[in-house]
Amino acid sequence: MPAFILRRFFTSLLVLLFVVSLTFVLSRSQKGGPFEKEKLSEKAKAEKERIYQLDGPVWWQTYRYLKKIIVHGNPGVSLRYTNLTVAEILEQKMPNSLKLGACAFLIASIGGISLGFAAAMRKDSLLDVSSMFFAMGAISIPTFITGPLLIAVFGLWLQWLPIGGWGNVQQLILPSVCLALPFLAYVARLIRNSLLEVMNQNYMRTAKAKGLDEITAVARHALKVALLPVITYLGPMAAYVLTGSFIIESVFNISGAGSVFVNAIQNRDCFLLCGAVSIYSALLIFFNFIVDILYGLLDKRIKLYV
Amino acid sequence: MSEVVARQVRVAPPNGWSVLRRNRAAMVSLVFLIGLVLAALIIPLFLNDHIKQSTEDSFFKPNTTSTDGTRYHLLGTDVNGQDMFFRLLTGARVSLGVGLVAAAVSLIIGTIYGMVSGYAGGRVDGWMMRFVDILYSIPRILFVMIFISAFDGYFKDGLDAMRLWSQESHWVWLEKITRTLIPYSRILILIISLGLVEWLTMARIVRGQVLVIKELPFVTASRAMGQRWWKILWLHLWPNLSTIILTYLTLTIPAVILDESFLSFLGLGIEDPAASWGSLLKDGAQVINPLDSKWWLLLFPAVLMSASLLALNFLGDGLRDAFDPRSSDG
Repeated sequence: MPAFILRRFFTSLLVLLFVVSLTFVLSRSQKGGPFEKEKLSEKAKAEKERIYQLDGPVWWQTYRYLKKIIVHGNPGVSLRYTNLTVAEILEQKMPNSLKLGACAFLIASIGGISLGFAAAMRKDSLLDVSSMFFAMGAISIPTFITGPLLIAVFGLWLQWLPIGGWGNVQQLILPSVCLALPFLAYVARLIRNSLLEVMNQNYMRTAKAKGLDEITAVARHALKVALLPVITYLGPMAAYVLTGSFIIESVFNISGAGSVFVNAIQNRDCFLLCGAVSIYSALLIFFNFIVDILYGLLDKRIKLYV
Repeated sequence: MSEVVARQVRVAPPNGWSVLRRNRAAMVSLVFLIGLVLAALIIPLFLNDHIKQSTEDSFFKPNTTSTDGTRYHLLGTDVNGQDMFFRLLTGARVSLGVGLVAAAVSLIIGTIYGMVSGYAGGRVDGWMMRFVDILYSIPRILFVMIFISAFDGYFKDGLDAMRLWSQESHWVWLEKITRTLIPYSRILILIISLGLVEWLTMARIVRGQVLVIKELPFVTASRAMGQRWWKILWLHLWPNLSTIILTYLTLTIPAVILDESFLSFLGLGIEDPAASWGSLLKDGAQVINPLDSKWWLLLFPAVLMSASLLALNFLGDGLRDAFDPRSSDG
């Protein structure tokens, strides 16, 4: 296990390095640099590029940027909001997005597992059919449709929840539920299908034959196996939740990382973009690493490699 | 004797197509989708030419006629006086077209990758699948955004250069093609980049199937007779994979349409004058306010888009139940 952790740690670092340099190269090879809109003379532009270390061939710029990050731990300054450093902007915007994402992640995994469990226990009942139909709807309908719908129903019509703002718990409910819905539905479908498959196994019949009641048998023997597909899905789900929150932030008017990304791309603000991408990628790679270890602990048949 | 026949009937695996035909939700979805595609392709040809461009009929309500009586707006108009009905149908063309073509691109990449990985096996397989795992953990849609903005300018310039060059050398047909393509260059690059990121699931599924099929006797026999590996892949594995691939193609299309609408909603996807469901919803969301709700700008695209995605997912689910019943994937 320690060898696996160590090796996986080094490959993660390599992947992260690759992701950051790819982002930098791509954003530097856009047509028209970051100073295009300012209508500078040729000389002033060259001078500015020299100050920001954006002159010379792209590989040389990338090398200096990576060196700056790795050796000095300095992600640079924003090219657009010139009085702010990348670290300051991200410090200000990232926590909101992460809070939203974490809430949605918890709602999706816990809610999805309970819904799928309930549906599988009462197979072909009204509960099962209706919750699976609901799940299909939640997967199909994009969040920028469900968002305004939820606002209209719970905010304007029933007036249970505030329609906007950011800060307290009530204001957090609508956006995080809205973000969580498709993933909740996906997890529910996953766990229902895998539970149904596990319950057909011979050892489940044995468990019932020796006198366990339905719930105990499932809880003791089936749930652990049925959870495996969900655990593999948690890694990609984290990635989707983080990027999905862009839409939610724009629908619910939350000041988060989504606008940072979109503006950084549109303003060709390469330092800001790379900073944001590297934080997201580092988070996700770390998360997947945890998921892999968890998976290995739950399923002894899995051999961890690489 | 009759006992033997009965046993044979039970042993014969159920035909996937007949399983599919008995699935009512999937069949209704199929009919709906065929109807939608036909409507999107045919109806715009017969519409009045007056309503196909921007007019002065800004924010007309549904079922109204313009002041001079020439333009009838069934579903109302947007800020530029563009008819919603026409925009919705052309948006369907773009959304479904992007979904289909990008899913096909991802199918080609994913199938080849999965087939090679599964057939090679061993260490190569391990590394190739580890690479897929890594890609799964990266926020891919961010790279689509970066990719589009990085290459959009070059792509447009390339098309323009081609247009000028064909103008010089008097190739009228090429000039015509490039001129019609230039406003859609964003869509082309969108298709390419979405296709480049959506192939991971397909690769996993195909690899899993190949691992099973390649151990079957007819493949071993073929290998024993000295058949080359790419010929085995093409002649023996590919035909056995086709229904699984069709199934996951159907499930990839709604995923791509969702991604495209995601990008368009953030303003990084389809640009005016072209429209997709996502960009229509973005336009609708921008003008909405509680005092003077322009509900028709949001409601119609939202309903049509949700219905189509639901239908695609139901059809894909039906196909999966019919052809891949062992899969426990949600």
